[in-house]
Amino acid sequence: MSSKTVERVDHVVIRFAGDSGDGMQLTGDRFTAQSAAQGNDLATLPNYPAEIRAPQGTIAGVSSFQVQFADHDVNTPGDAPDVLVAMNPAALAASVSDLPRGAIVIADSDEFTPRNLTKAGYTGDPLDDGSLDSYQVYAFPMTSLTVEALSSFALTKKEAVRAKNMFALGVVSWLYSTPTEPTESFIRTKFGRKPEIMNANLAALEAGWSYGETAEIFAVSYEVAPAATPAGTYRNITGNMATAYGLLAGAHRTGLPLVLGSYPITPASDILHHLSELKRFGVKTLQVEDEIAGITTAIGASYGGAMGVTTTSGPGLALKTEAMGLAVMLELPLVIVNVQRGGPSTGLPTKTEQADLLQALYGRNGEAPIPVLAARSPNDCFDAAVEAIRIATTYRTPVLLLTDGYLANGSEPWRIPDLDSLPDMPVEFASGPNAVDADGKPVFRPYLRDPETLARPWAIPGVPGLAHRIGGLEKADVTGMVSYDPDNHDRMIRLRQAKVERIPVPDLEVDDPTGTAETLVIGWGSTYGPISTGAQEARRDGVEVAHAHLRHLNPLPANAGDVLRRYRRVLVPEMNLGQLTVLLRSRYLVDAVGFNRVRGLPFTSTEIAEAITKFAQEGTL
Amino acid sequence: MSTTNLHLDPTGRRPGLFGVPTLPEGSPKLTKKDFTSTAEVRWCPGCGDYAILAAFQSFLPELGVPRDNIVCVSGIGCSSRLPYYLDTYGMHSIHGRATAIATGLATTRPDLSVWVVTGDGDALSIGGNHLIHAIRRNVNMTILLFNNRIYGLTKGQYSPTSEQGKITKSSPMGTVDLPFNPVSLALGAEATFVARTVDSDRALLTSILRQAAAHRGTALIEIYQNCPIFNNGAYELLKDRDESAARLLRLEHGKPVRSGSRGVVRDGDGGLRIVDLDELGPDAESRLVVHDAHAADPSLAFALSRLESPEMAGVPVGVFRSVSRPAYDDLVRDQIAVAVDAAGGPATRDDLAALLAGNDTWTVG
Ligand code: SF4
Repeated sequence: MSSKTVERVDHVVIRFAGDSGDGMQLTGDRFTAQSAAQGNDLATLPNYPAEIRAPQGTIAGVSSFQVQFADHDVNTPGDAPDVLVAMNPAALAASVSDLPRGAIVIADSDEFTPRNLTKAGYTGDPLDDGSLDSYQVYAFPMTSLTVEALSSFALTKKEAVRAKNMFALGVVSWLYSTPTEPTESFIRTKFGRKPEIMNANLAALEAGWSYGETAEIFAVSYEVAPAATPAGTYRNITGNMATAYGLLAGAHRTGLPLVLGSYPITPASDILHHLSELKRFGVKTLQVEDEIAGITTAIGASYGGAMGVTTTSGPGLALKTEAMGLAVMLELPLVIVNVQRGGPSTGLPTKTEQADLLQALYGRNGEAPIPVLAARSPNDCFDAAVEAIRIATTYRTPVLLLTDGYLANGSEPWRIPDLDSLPDMPVEFASGPNAVDADGKPVFRPYLRDPETLARPWAIPGVPGLAHRIGGLEKADVTGMVSYDPDNHDRMIRLRQAKVERIPVPDLEVDDPTGTAETLVIGWGSTYGPISTGAQEARRDGVEVAHAHLRHLNPLPANAGDVLRRYRRVLVPEMNLGQLTVLLRSRYLVDAVGFNRVRGLPFTSTEIAEAITKFAQEGTL
Repeated sequence: MSTTNLHLDPTGRRPGLFGVPTLPEGSPKLTKKDFTSTAEVRWCPGCGDYAILAAFQSFLPELGVPRDNIVCVSGIGCSSRLPYYLDTYGMHSIHGRATAIATGLATTRPDLSVWVVTGDGDALSIGGNHLIHAIRRNVNMTILLFNNRIYGLTKGQYSPTSEQGKITKSSPMGTVDLPFNPVSLALGAEATFVARTVDSDRALLTSILRQAAAHRGTALIEIYQNCPIFNNGAYELLKDRDESAARLLRLEHGKPVRSGSRGVVRDGDGGLRIVDLDELGPDAESRLVVHDAHAADPSLAFALSRLESPEMAGVPVGVFRSVSRPAYDDLVRDQIAVAVDAAGGPATRDDLAALLAGNDTWTVG
């Protein structure tokens, strides 16, 4: 380490931004791994254009990756970057309004050419027209420094230029004293078969580090101490990977093979990718012709005795609607994962939103109750997926798991669970007659329910003597024969409803440090990070506020009504126009007030803190 | 064909019922009655579906597999009620999706003999996408497509196989859309087994069911089915004894394609033409097209499928194409087996723990 001053800070937010082709996602991901390896707590937010090849150098083509790392528990990727790495003018233009005064801007001056400046909408050069005076700007020719550092390698200029992201990573790693070993071993594995490229990337990384250390531009470097996290072995994980692994681990606990029927859709496709890598675990992935086939192949698999799963995002969920109703009628286990994105219609495919809640709860013809749960953070997707499988198999029902684009691509450290700590979820198939007919002869009744769970037997084809027919027409109670009887229909509607309503879910926990708060802020799903952090910020400003967060949206926790009625004021932040608000108001007759933003981006903790403060003090927003 | 042959695998290929258990030696022979459920059959009197159901129930004992290893999946429509009448496992699902449900089932369970019952509206309209993709993948299942060229259950609208100009409740001035030819469609979708038959021809239907059951992969059987209520007589010309002898071109592998006094020859444009044998002169027989159901190239089968016309001057029935290609569900299972082998055996709990951990971990405390 250099002789320069090293300053200790408790948290830092860095945003790496560049053109789609500049490798910013990889750079951010690598920095995350480095900071995780030194024990920081962290949370990340990738943000990339919907177009695979947006025009080069334009604001539309900017891809960025934000990471917050800290010496304490963090639940969000941070509101405003302390550091912006801008690989071109467009990246600067896209981010500059997010920067607080005094933020550090590191820019590749080589890219600030008249042509690129014009593409980014600049009339002058912000690096020397004074417009960035309120920031600490460090502009240096990263591209040419990289090319120079790699001059001894047998590379084309283009290949050498491509390593500039590693140069940038080297500079930032030095600036924040994060060891580069994890990236070095990553490069060795990734480019093992192309030694020239491997060595060039390693050299660029090292050149960046040395540049930070020796060039006289940075007066200080910083250091973020490890966070005090619970003991255990950790890894970094994205929400989509945690979902995939949760599905596998859940299926493993049930002893059932996992079968995924899926159709590629942003931002859910990575779950399909991850699961298709798991053939050695017996996972079958069927990439089928459309969303409807995704769910119906999964239903066919569940009918055959496997754990059928389908994964999708909003528009795909709309297409699966009718088949979800079939699964309700068949009363077979099924998990539907909806990675929510900006809607309606195609909407904002790469952006996040929570506007599918009411679709998940009610978006089917007829009375078609489905348990719905939502993950609150990237690594919570694992536990939520395990829980979805537990409910599906125990209660013989389709289950909807809601995540969203923010959780899907965001990552955070995950304490790797001990498999034995996961719930036991044994599954028993029907193996013989379960009743006697009028003559006392043993018979099989496919809709005879377990008195406790109200689940019907899971009778898979191939079991001798249990041949029976099921389908989408209304079933007669107990026998499962087709029935048009009015009273039977009423009874079956209520039975299916009761089965879901009776699923025991954990009580809603309230975080209310003083125990005297009169304002409750309640959310669901991925807003957990910003809301919990926002509540803490409000408390630091002297505002008393309690926070509760829903994982189970159907059924709702039994104590939810009591909790809500305990507070004078209830605030419900959501990335939609107030869907949970509608639910809570109608269900519990409480005067819940929504705080709603639908910008395709997660809430910032600051805006949550401000909303809480105003609402707690004035009772309105 | 003897029933046990279906289970043998002398060629190293996997025939239709490979993997499905056989009835134990010495167990009583199953009969049609064993496949008849107690549900009351609810089709209209005179419906062609009755004959198909009876032929199907009579044929199933021939498979020599336990009833419980047979699954019949259907969609929505008159024909799709069939699973209720069959005493096997069955699912009466939702409109158009039976082939997709059966794909998930067949891929999950190699020990089941999977049948799909569907109609022209179910399979070719709302379920068209699933049908062509099941066929292209060659999932091991047999699809019975009841083609009555009308929507029966919804009481008489035109279907995707209704002839152009047809007057129905929803087309008072006649339909303007061109119908599908299901055999041509299936061949275009890379079908490995395609056949056509008529509801009333029990012998032909049974023979095709037998060949389809032996086929590994998707077998599509188009069954011309009369709907006496909404489209009566659609196939009348093929049912009258004299007319049918003249009009039905019974396809037999290795035999010239002909019916009565007429036969099929190649025309100059690469297609086929039906001619009077008299026109061909003394060596007429030798100029007829010889059917090759096993040809790798589907062109002949396709050309034969194009002979069908609204006038029904010459309608080929029988097996158009029967070729061998690996089945999707087998390939999916094979990949799993390869992956498991390569890893040195089935995944253990420790393997799962190692997967969750990945290669980039750190330890705290
Ligand atoms: S409407 Fe037609 S196809 Fe349907 S059952 Fe009646 S006769 Fe058969």
